[in-house]
Amino acid sequence: MHATQVLAGAIGQQVVPARAQMATTLGFHIILACFGIAFPTIVLVAEYRGLRRSDDVAMLLARRWSQVLGVLVAVGAVTGTVLSFEMGLLWPGLMRTYGAVLGVPFGFEGIFFFLEAIFTGIYLYGWQRLPGWMHFCTGIPIAITGLGGAVAVMAANSWMNQPGGFTLRGGKVVAVDPWQVFFNKATVYETPHMILAAYMVVGFLIAAVYAAGILRGHRDRYHRLGFGIPFTIAAILTPVQIFVGDTAARAIAAAQPVKFAAIEYVTRTGRDVPEYLGGFYVNGKVYFGLRIPYADSLLVGFKPSTKVTGLNSVAPALRPPALTLIHLSFDAMVGLAFLLLLAGLWTLLVWRRRRALPRQRWFWWLAIACGPAALVAMECGWIVTEVGRQPWVVYQLMTTSQAATTNGGVIDSLTAVIILYAVLGVVTVAILRMLARRWRRGGPA
Amino acid sequence: MITDVVGGILLTGLTLYAALGGADFGGGLWDLLAGGDQRGRAPRQLIDDTITPVWEANHVWLIFILVIFWTAFPAAFAAVMTAAALPLWLAAFGIVLRGSGFAFRKEVETLHWQRLFGAAFAFSSLIVPFFMGTVIGAIASGRIPAHPAHADLAVWTGPTSLLIGALFVAVCAYLAAVFLTREASRREDHQLRQYFAVRAAVAGTVSGALALATLTEIHSSNPALFHGLTHRGLALVIVSAACGLAVIVFVTTGRRPQALRPLSVLGVAAVVWGWGVAQYPALLPGTGLTLTSGAAPHSVLVTVVVIFVAAAVLVGPSFLLLFWLHGRQLLEGENHNVDGAADNLRT
Repeated sequence: MHATQVLAGAIGQQVVPARAQMATTLGFHIILACFGIAFPTIVLVAEYRGLRRSDDVAMLLARRWSQVLGVLVAVGAVTGTVLSFEMGLLWPGLMRTYGAVLGVPFGFEGIFFFLEAIFTGIYLYGWQRLPGWMHFCTGIPIAITGLGGAVAVMAANSWMNQPGGFTLRGGKVVAVDPWQVFFNKATVYETPHMILAAYMVVGFLIAAVYAAGILRGHRDRYHRLGFGIPFTIAAILTPVQIFVGDTAARAIAAAQPVKFAAIEYVTRTGRDVPEYLGGFYVNGKVYFGLRIPYADSLLVGFKPSTKVTGLNSVAPALRPPALTLIHLSFDAMVGLAFLLLLAGLWTLLVWRRRRALPRQRWFWWLAIACGPAALVAMECGWIVTEVGRQPWVVYQLMTTSQAATTNGGVIDSLTAVIILYAVLGVVTVAILRMLARRWRRGGPA
Repeated sequence: MITDVVGGILLTGLTLYAALGGADFGGGLWDLLAGGDQRGRAPRQLIDDTITPVWEANHVWLIFILVIFWTAFPAAFAAVMTAAALPLWLAAFGIVLRGSGFAFRKEVETLHWQRLFGAAFAFSSLIVPFFMGTVIGAIASGRIPAHPAHADLAVWTGPTSLLIGALFVAVCAYLAAVFLTREASRREDHQLRQYFAVRAAVAGTVSGALALATLTEIHSSNPALFHGLTHRGLALVIVSAACGLAVIVFVTTGRRPQALRPLSVLGVAAVVWGWGVAQYPALLPGTGLTLTSGAAPHSVLVTVVVIFVAAAVLVGPSFLLLFWLHGRQLLEGENHNVDGAADNLRT
């Protein structure tokens, strides 16, 4: 595509509010999606322990967590529906041309979502009348389909980054290879990256709730177990995630070099490329960034002479916007991942030495911070991948402004979404806090 | 032809969403009309019991329809989403309010908050089917252009659209009242049975009247669709009318309670398929888009069929299990009370 054409497309006025709206709704829904993907496993681990060892405390945790899961899954189901509407309402250009291709992974996601919703209904409301192990078994499909749904949705997103498996003729898709669409090149690293992120977000967030309790002096078994189960799962996965993320970054350097150049502030293609930590990017210059010579080349190809593609490899119109946002989001994600790793290592060391959780107060402050840290890291990752793909919606094939609706009034739906989701977010948190208070009081739920 | 098969799959999804999701929407409508806290307590409780464990699963049919629509017929999907954007936005926001309102209402204790979330749930149960109906009306009345650049009020505010919107609301209320009558009689709660039987009969009559009014309106405004409904779709129109009459008779006389649900669903299914058959093979009547010309590449259609078969094999039995457990009252949400009892463990 010619750069001037892209510029002409960018004049379409709805693309900015449409992107803002997609970012708002997706950024909100992804938190609930994390709970849908990962929380059932964590609840099942507690229930397994409760059944296996007749551990009433673990059983109580499982029951309460499943009630929280019920609220979050309901909100997630409806905010997910909004996204399906938005695919057409905000991006009719994308759907008209590529709906048939994108529909392949989403179709499979539909099956997983069905099974997830059905077994969630059984699991959440079967506590009382279904026998113990049978109840446990009705939860297994929720955990599996949560993963399956994540695989399917990530296949769709990674296809947008590495489109393939179809034939275009005269601007129309005339043939599709569903396997190649589903198992596109980017899904290999994007999908595990997101699934691990979901487990870390949920694990660290739930653990943070009990860490706060422990910090307030409730060092009972209920709080220790409520902290221990999710924290262990999340902490074990953290180093795996760092490895997967590192692999993903190298794959992006090869497959989407301009996105990578935006992430790392690589202005010009060359060798001996330095790495910047932090810093602002203004008119091709980096301000206030910590410059580490050769580091970027080393990270990409393990030697300083590795050539790294720079932003100058494409016309300015084909470079992502908001480079500072992309770069700082990436740095925040990586930095927070190492904070999470530190918390896990600390716990591991103390546990190895004396088979107990750390006593230091500021460990518990750190454990609380891990919850929001994991959440922020995950959101930053999405900013990197989505803003970094701009101006393309389907990488190198369709720009976001070509995809956007020609309807006026996106600013109105954006306003409505911001108000609605702000209220929804506040109320959801308030409801969860109310449940916690009720449980603390020990009164009837 | 595979395009016909995929069209059938889309109609099957619509039918199931109309029947299952529709009844859940209707539950919200009766919740809205149940009156004050005291008077409305018993019917609201029954509505809550019947919707709670199943609404999310029933709701997925909507996602299924949207995905199959854009996958198999992307151009028509893009056209509908552009031309009828406003009612679709309102329906989407209504869905958010409805689901979250329903879920939140269960968790709060104070009457004040229960009322607020209940109102969000009940009011949105009214607007969502209405706006969805107007969009279907816009398609059926041939007002969606193949390449719309902008949304247009005229697309979905024609008499056919508004009538179909009202019809959707009435049919949801009718289905819910029928299902609730059946549920009340299974629980041998005669007072509630009577309560919902009256409402089922009224909603059924209103639905029938609205259907007749729509048909009359179509006769003058849309001869092609009218011709389709009274020729190719005639058998289905008759089936739906017969089912509706039979349900009204059974619900008022109290006979054959076990036939109520299947008959009401069959009646609604006949309407959905009657519409499909009447406008066949047009996808967006009035444009060149047909099942064949608007279809995705062959391999995608095959994938859609595979997905549908997989759904039938995996999702079908799971649904049956859910409905079976729910029907045997094994899914009672008494999680709450047990929590309190278990509290002495926290030492």
